[in-house]
Amino acid sequence: MTSEIGQQVILSAQKLNVYYGEFNAVKDVDIDINQNSITALIGPSGCGKSTFLRCLNRMNDLIVGASVQGKVMFEGVDLYGGEIDATEIRSRIGMVFQKPNPFPKSIYQNIAWGLKVNGFKGNYDEAVERALNQAALWDEVKDRLNNSAFTLSGGQQQRLCIARALAVEPAVLLMDEPASALDPIATLAIEELIKQLKDHVTIVIVTHNMQQAARVSDETAFFMVGENRSGYLVEHDDTQKIFSNPSNTRTEEYITGRFS
Amino acid sequence: MSSNSHNSINPNRRSRVIIGNIVYVLFLLSVLVGIVGLIVLIIDVLTGGLPWMSWHFIFDYPSRKPAEAGLFSALMGTVWLMFMTALITVPIGVCAAIYLEEYAPRNLFTRIIEINVANLAGVPSIVYGLLGLSLFVYYIGTSDEFLGRSVLAGAMTLSLLVLPIVILASREAIRAVPNSYREGAYAMGADQWQVIKGVVLPSAIPGILTGTILAMSRAIGEAAPVIAISALVYLTFIPSHPMDRFTVLPIQIYNWVSRPQDEFRGLAAAGIIVMLVLLLSMNAIAVFLRNKYQKRSEE
Repeated sequence: MTSEIGQQVILSAQKLNVYYGEFNAVKDVDIDINQNSITALIGPSGCGKSTFLRCLNRMNDLIVGASVQGKVMFEGVDLYGGEIDATEIRSRIGMVFQKPNPFPKSIYQNIAWGLKVNGFKGNYDEAVERALNQAALWDEVKDRLNNSAFTLSGGQQQRLCIARALAVEPAVLLMDEPASALDPIATLAIEELIKQLKDHVTIVIVTHNMQQAARVSDETAFFMVGENRSGYLVEHDDTQKIFSNPSNTRTEEYITGRFS
Repeated sequence: MSSNSHNSINPNRRSRVIIGNIVYVLFLLSVLVGIVGLIVLIIDVLTGGLPWMSWHFIFDYPSRKPAEAGLFSALMGTVWLMFMTALITVPIGVCAAIYLEEYAPRNLFTRIIEINVANLAGVPSIVYGLLGLSLFVYYIGTSDEFLGRSVLAGAMTLSLLVLPIVILASREAIRAVPNSYREGAYAMGADQWQVIKGVVLPSAIPGILTGTILAMSRAIGEAAPVIAISALVYLTFIPSHPMDRFTVLPIQIYNWVSRPQDEFRGLAAAGIIVMLVLLLSMNAIAVFLRNKYQKRSEE
């Protein structure tokens, strides 16, 4: 899975516009996501970063009235091209949500179910163990795999959701403020995990927490609310550069906390 | 209680306490009307019916002589009817609820269906009885061998009656499944049917079961629509197949009550006891299922 060529673009949005009915929620976004990198999407509330994230695996299809214009290229294919099956995309581009949302099943079944719907034919026990190991959860749950997922703490539940997403071996993992509902210690565990996952998957993470973006990401994209409340991409660069020497004054003002 | 202040505040505690007590007693009495009514009903039925309760009463067929009369045919008719009504209603009701909640586009057509289903749940049961009589018994049923006044025709009629209730209860149960489950499932590459089958339905089934059982226990007590279909009170056999004729408990009870001899009134009371036991045990199952699954989802 590791790329041999240093920087290879895996996901690329081109002139991407998202509409909710008439409302242009995200406007003209062009961005390239490098393989096996962690890209943080930051910006004030309502700037469309979550909406944009949900376009990258067509989760926006599920929202009534949402429509997308422009292209999202993934492995050379336009996700919004005519004959693309959204369910197939979502098993290649997984997603982790703001609030941990394990299924009301056992810990084991939470992971096995995703494998099953994707037609997995191999050894389930091994696959479940591998996924839980990747999400740094195996040691904590190996003795109680058949317990309900709701018996886990919030942070453990979120790591289970990450394990569940990793089990189907996606190329990209989208994370929508994955730690915002967790306490600081659980947040730290998730951040450590994200950094380790980079070897397996490409990660795009939306976060409200700028320190978090600075801590975990390689690249940062800064979104803003523009005219008519449309969100747009202001600047996208190496995280180090964004946080030390951004080229746009709006970015600098946001980073230094002059508005939020 | 002497008031020695000169301002205009007057707590007037005595009259407030009196009003408070009056209101309390009034509310308590309102509750008691219901409870006392139920207790009187149960005592009346038990004193009238218990002397007639016996195994022979349950396992014998009706008779002109009160001492020999039983309600076996009516009891088995009710069991048959419930079983077949559930067999028809549950699949159709659950599928309709899934369609309305998960598949139906939000448009005028869907709205009209939804309003219709809600209104149908309030239609008087005799109307369904007459519809069943003209549609299933006379129009579709051409002879006694085919449909006619059979258990199946009765079950189809009762299904019309309880279907809206089952649909409404199932929709509510499906709507109560958190959307985050659906999102999580879709995000793993599941398609719509996999999401419904694997995540939505397992969470909704306790609610669907409870609603269905309660709907069935309503159907048990319905006499009007079944009288229209069955019209039989004196039956000395139990249905052996869906096309057989049948009678049910409410009809048998109604018939006994309307006899001139006092003994039959005792039999009617005993019949009511049997029906109440059946009804209360079904409700108990519904409550048990709800509590069991509630606890599990709170873990």
